[in-house]
Amino acid sequence: MPVIEAKHLTRRFGSFTAVDDVSFSIEEGSIFGFLGPNGSGKSTVIRMLCGLLRPSDGTATVLGHDVIAEVESIKRNIGYMSQQFSLYGDLSVMENLNFYARIYAIPRREMKERIERVIEIVGIGDYRRRLARNLSGGWKQRLALACALVHGPKLLFLDEPTAGIDPVARRELWNLLFDLSGQGVTFFVTTHYMDEAERCSHVGYIYYSKLITCGTPNELKHMPEVTPEGAVRLEVRCPRLSMAMRYLSTLSEVHDTTIFGDSLHVLVDARAANTLIDELEVGGFGNATVASIQPSLEDVFVTLTRNRDFEERGVKPSRV
Amino acid sequence: MFRGLGSIIYKEVFHIFRDPKTLFLMLLIPGMDMIVFGYAIDLEVRNIATSVYNLDGRRESRELLDMFTNSGYFAITEHVHSEEEMTRSVVQGRTKVAVRIPPDYTDQLVRGGSATIQVLLDGSDSTVAMQALQAIDAIGLSKSLDIIAEGVNRRDRLPVETRPRVLFNPDMKTPNFMIPGLVAITMQQVTLMLTALSIVREKEQGTLEQLMVTPVSRMGLMLGKLIPCAIIGCVETAIVLTIMVVVFQVPIAGSVGLLALFSLAFLFTSLGMGLLTSTLASNQIQAVQFAFVFILPAVLLSGFMFPLESMPTPIYWLGQAVPATYFIRILRGIILRGAGFYDLLPQALILTGIGFVVLVLAASRFHKTID
Repeated sequence: MPVIEAKHLTRRFGSFTAVDDVSFSIEEGSIFGFLGPNGSGKSTVIRMLCGLLRPSDGTATVLGHDVIAEVESIKRNIGYMSQQFSLYGDLSVMENLNFYARIYAIPRREMKERIERVIEIVGIGDYRRRLARNLSGGWKQRLALACALVHGPKLLFLDEPTAGIDPVARRELWNLLFDLSGQGVTFFVTTHYMDEAERCSHVGYIYYSKLITCGTPNELKHMPEVTPEGAVRLEVRCPRLSMAMRYLSTLSEVHDTTIFGDSLHVLVDARAANTLIDELEVGGFGNATVASIQPSLEDVFVTLTRNRDFEERGVKPSRV
Repeated sequence: MFRGLGSIIYKEVFHIFRDPKTLFLMLLIPGMDMIVFGYAIDLEVRNIATSVYNLDGRRESRELLDMFTNSGYFAITEHVHSEEEMTRSVVQGRTKVAVRIPPDYTDQLVRGGSATIQVLLDGSDSTVAMQALQAIDAIGLSKSLDIIAEGVNRRDRLPVETRPRVLFNPDMKTPNFMIPGLVAITMQQVTLMLTALSIVREKEQGTLEQLMVTPVSRMGLMLGKLIPCAIIGCVETAIVLTIMVVVFQVPIAGSVGLLALFSLAFLFTSLGMGLLTSTLASNQIQAVQFAFVFILPAVLLSGFMFPLESMPTPIYWLGQAVPATYFIRILRGIILRGAGFYDLLPQALILTGIGFVVLVLAASRFHKTID
């Protein structure tokens, strides 16, 4: 049985449709990365699955419970970490944990043991008496995670858990998620970081209220839409990247170019792959290197977004 | 020197109009201030509620009562039929003045004797009592002069003698009158602010949303917020009353237990107003501004500073909708006049009624905001 199953989930606010006919299912123990630009409907989906918002249309079950009729059973078995730090800053680490343990009505005799366990999991033992507001960003998130874990939920919703924390803390938090997922906890995580998306077992991409794609990162990368028949994806490294990009996009055999850090990802006709380096030389980019690559998730999302814009709004896939 | 002035003003205009709730409050409060203060601050007393025990009942006595009414100072609100009832009407706070006309009033005037008009005055409101005293003196004197001018009177005593007796606060000290009212004002302010801020803070911090994904029930959340505030409100009431007795030397004439019981009714109303404020305000600054909207009528229209009776009718009725009005009457009744349970029951019932309406309204709004 899937942990989450959404069928035609829709939410309207007045005339605005924030979530439009979204269906997906998530299996136990997976880390589901939910991606999409700001305002695309990610938080609205989470809020519906947590029972904070009623769907306007469609249904969903979470841990086998209906999100409309059985909200209370859902609430007892899920954990939720919101975008904003939302613990009590004027309570200490221990006091926050005690509070959440009480709210979930954990029996007295188990309480201490449970709290100690989550303290150990997130490793916040040294800061027991520290007021939550005096913790650094990364530790705040760990505390929030501990609070969300204290009642032993089978499913955790994390809404941009790593926004605004440093790369080391980010990596550590993800390692924690992997450990927990190994123990059978299912995660529903939203993020803007592509490296985090790559780490998820499953990824969904929502764009303008619609779920565009959903699957394992590997499945997504092999979607025919992303790399059409007869095309290959190449990585080009050369100086004057933006000029090279402008030049490449004038070539008829090049479908798409995007800058990725210090390189260009170029989607090009397979038959022209070997001659691209010569073309670059003609264009005055003599010392370029070209290598064949797998599309990254970012390539996938950029391509899908452009395709969708083209279909829906008639916006031409941008070339520069 | 003024570089950037224009651009700062440009941006400020946007800030102001993007927050219409605050703008509305900023404009509403001074408007309310002006109207309410303007009408309320009228130190001249009019229409003092007066009860009459007329043992004579003949034309002469009715003429005297007409003089009371026509002076504008007194409004005869009830006729009583015993000394006991007369005193009771003042103790219960229904009237502030009680006039007794003796059975032989007309006879004395005809015979050229001297009639004694007994007047009971509620001295707890010194402003009202002082003016009432002067007005009663003037009426007695003017009636006497009329009679003397007609040449009926042959004795050296005034034909109509007024004998006023100040019932409570005989020294007519102003603090005694003001301080019980102040108890109501501080109680309301503290309870309302405490409740409103404790909820709005959670809204601001996002912890309210966090709580809503836990199994906490809406009722559990609401009562969990209100009960600690109620306890603090009780402690605070005790402190304020102690200060009143110890520092300001205003003794509690009636039962302390009764005072505590009726204070609870007001406490619930204040909690309700706090809860209501929390549903209206989206941040703590707005909550403070809304609290002002509640506090101004409590100060100006409750009879705390200015007697309600002298206010224009619409303002008077506005005052009747203010919970503090009833609680101040209860406080003054118990503290200054030693009024008992049944004397103040009507006030307490109305207060409880208002409190109930406010709480229900606030609770239903609260449930909607967290949905």
